[in-house]
Amino acid sequence: MKTTQILIAGFGGQGILFAGKFLAYKGLLEDKQVSWLPSYGPEMRGGTANCNVILSETPVGSPIITDPDVLVAMNLPSLEKYIDTVVPGGQVYLDSSLINTQIKRTDVQVFSIPATAMAKERDMASLANMIIMGHLLQNHPELTFEGTAETVQKLVPAKKAALVELNMNALMLGKEYKQ
Amino acid sequence: MAVVFEKPKSLADVPLHYCPGCPHGIIHRLVAEAIDELGIEGKAIGVAPVGCAVMAYDYFTCDMIEAAHGRAPAIATGIKRCRPENIVFTYQGDGDLASIGMAETVHAAARNENITVIFVNNAIYGMTGGQMAPTSLPGQVTQTSPYGRDVNHCGWPIRVCEMLSTLEGPEFITRVAVNNVKNVNAAKKAIKKAFQNQMEGKGFNLVEVVSACPTNWGMTPQQALQWVESDMLPYYPLGVYKDRTAAKEGK
Amino acid sequence: MAERVLMKGNEAIAEAAIRAGCRHYFGYPITPQTEIAAYMAKKMPKIGGVFLQAESEIASINMVYGAAAAGMRVMTSSSSPGISLKAEGLSYIAGSDVPALVVNVQRGGPGLGGIQPSQSDYFQATKGGGHGDYRMIVLAPASVQEMANLTIKGFNLADKYLMTSMILADGTIGQMMEPISFEDAQIETYEKPWALTGTDCKRKHNVVNSLYLQPDQLEKKNFERFERYRQVEENEAMWEEYMMEDAEICVVAFGIASRVAKNAIVAARKEGIKVGLIRPITLWPFPKKPLAAAAEKVNSFISVELSMGQMIEDVRLATQCKKPVSLCNRCGGMIPSPDEVLETIRNAQKGV
Repeated sequence: MKTTQILIAGFGGQGILFAGKFLAYKGLLEDKQVSWLPSYGPEMRGGTANCNVILSETPVGSPIITDPDVLVAMNLPSLEKYIDTVVPGGQVYLDSSLINTQIKRTDVQVFSIPATAMAKERDMASLANMIIMGHLLQNHPELTFEGTAETVQKLVPAKKAALVELNMNALMLGKEYKQ
Repeated sequence: MAVVFEKPKSLADVPLHYCPGCPHGIIHRLVAEAIDELGIEGKAIGVAPVGCAVMAYDYFTCDMIEAAHGRAPAIATGIKRCRPENIVFTYQGDGDLASIGMAETVHAAARNENITVIFVNNAIYGMTGGQMAPTSLPGQVTQTSPYGRDVNHCGWPIRVCEMLSTLEGPEFITRVAVNNVKNVNAAKKAIKKAFQNQMEGKGFNLVEVVSACPTNWGMTPQQALQWVESDMLPYYPLGVYKDRTAAKEGK
Repeated sequence: MAERVLMKGNEAIAEAAIRAGCRHYFGYPITPQTEIAAYMAKKMPKIGGVFLQAESEIASINMVYGAAAAGMRVMTSSSSPGISLKAEGLSYIAGSDVPALVVNVQRGGPGLGGIQPSQSDYFQATKGGGHGDYRMIVLAPASVQEMANLTIKGFNLADKYLMTSMILADGTIGQMMEPISFEDAQIETYEKPWALTGTDCKRKHNVVNSLYLQPDQLEKKNFERFERYRQVEENEAMWEEYMMEDAEICVVAFGIASRVAKNAIVAARKEGIKVGLIRPITLWPFPKKPLAAAAEKVNSFISVELSMGQMIEDVRLATQCKKPVSLCNRCGGMIPSPDEVLETIRNAQKGV
């Protein structure tokens, strides 16, 4: 793997930044060069949020992603805004419980997963983000599911240890989901 | 020969630059006497203002810093928060404290910052040559209110003690004057208490000293002191406006 | 290998400051630097330090002035509009020759501007901001690691030369997370006999002051101060050179712009264009030497900036206008894309 640029976008409150942090920490534990850049300011409060994560074997140049290798879209406005920026041959992960649209591009690989519905069903409504992350790690050619548990443990504060298991469950759900 | 009267140790033996008849000299002396009597000269750090007392750093023998206009309470806060064991005071005029530095004053009081503020109110900007101050009286003629202060045009003078005493924060807020011997003695007591309180860690102390500015008021020193009595004190009544400890003890 | 942790740029500044011995922070909230204040608010009480949210930026810089005069390592942080308010205090701190660290995580301006990243306070930081003859050491980090390193360096230099060090960052570097290690931190300490500590009745009083009513005295003070500044210029300029060995085009960029430029340079090299980068790490003192040297070998310069073109003036001065300097810029919170920089490089190659 040389460099993977991942753009995660959705509503504020969907755990967009957390999902990005998860990928960045995972990269850190794997001794990769990583950068994580959030959108910030008032639009974060209930508006659109996005987050740029770069995982690389060489030092990261600009942390700003203009042409993502991977787009994770957790709502329709985000998909519409960024779908055309994905590099040819790139991947698009979308939450199909919130996005009901056909993607016209044929040069990208699309993974639809009803993450929000799956999460609600299991009473873990706030973890749709991690279901998609599980699916992403399972299906991306350069990323692996390995080291996930360690990453989650590092990311969840000790006080909220119960969340480790919940996050792992969500990641496993995404991993095992078949297209 | 027995020495019966001498300069306080905390006051440098240099000529002051103040105008003839200006009470700043008296107030400096009261501050220095209080410092001497409390034995805190070696611990005291003073903050000089922008205004007539701008060169107070040359007059007090303790460590001194010269503040930007109005910012003395913020600077004092910075020093006191670093060196809580030191005794930190500001010496400010009415333009400095109640106009450009009002925010710093109010917030230092609200935080009950453990400092001592000496606030000299002479109802005019002295150093710049006699312009209207936030404490200039209604009708008072100054360079920038040549027809007398018109409260419909530029508002009412601010009673700092009354205003600050509405805050929960401060420990001790009092107004004194230096227009006669009796008042000077009372002022001395108040200033000493304001330092004593700080030594005991009680919090924010402000002593407003109603003063005079014969030069810019266009009066003789004697007339000026009379004007304090006849015009200023009715608008700025003397007294203790807040004393948390006394209130607690039911005094 | 040193242990690496992921940190936001703003947090890296705060943690580095604490490691540098800073125990006093005074600030006022403003986007996009508030993480610094939040970090300090959390940490300072636990380590015997002081975090105080002032009533305004003006008050906070004066609290810094007081604490600096008291001999402490002290800092404040803000973003562009807040730095304008602090300008008064910066001038007083300079005029009193006390050390302080001030962070500006820049956002778009002028006026209230926006909250997205910018580099448009370059003039304010390097040429003045406050009134009077004075300089600040201006450090421009381009990574989270540098946010930490330059914060520590900034404290050291401030104490060494008795002046303000300013960290001139931007919203991107402030908000982004990257791996960082503190293992190489080098903390220097300096005696401060001039500090306000109380005389203890054992020495003549110390006075911290910027007022000199006699013009000859004020002039003398300024001459002395500028002699110190001259030493800073001689000894403390820092820069990075990237692919400059055979470069025919030299890109000059700092902070986030330099990272975008690196992407563009890599892409341009693939097209066979010999282009390199000089990245000023200190904006004052500006790294004149490498630029003057480059002016003897390259054909042209490109200044990449998140402003209407401010550093470009210093590039022209440092190169004595020997070679053309073009500008590749966005502003107002926009950031040039690598493609935009690449296009400017191609044009420079063609001599457009």
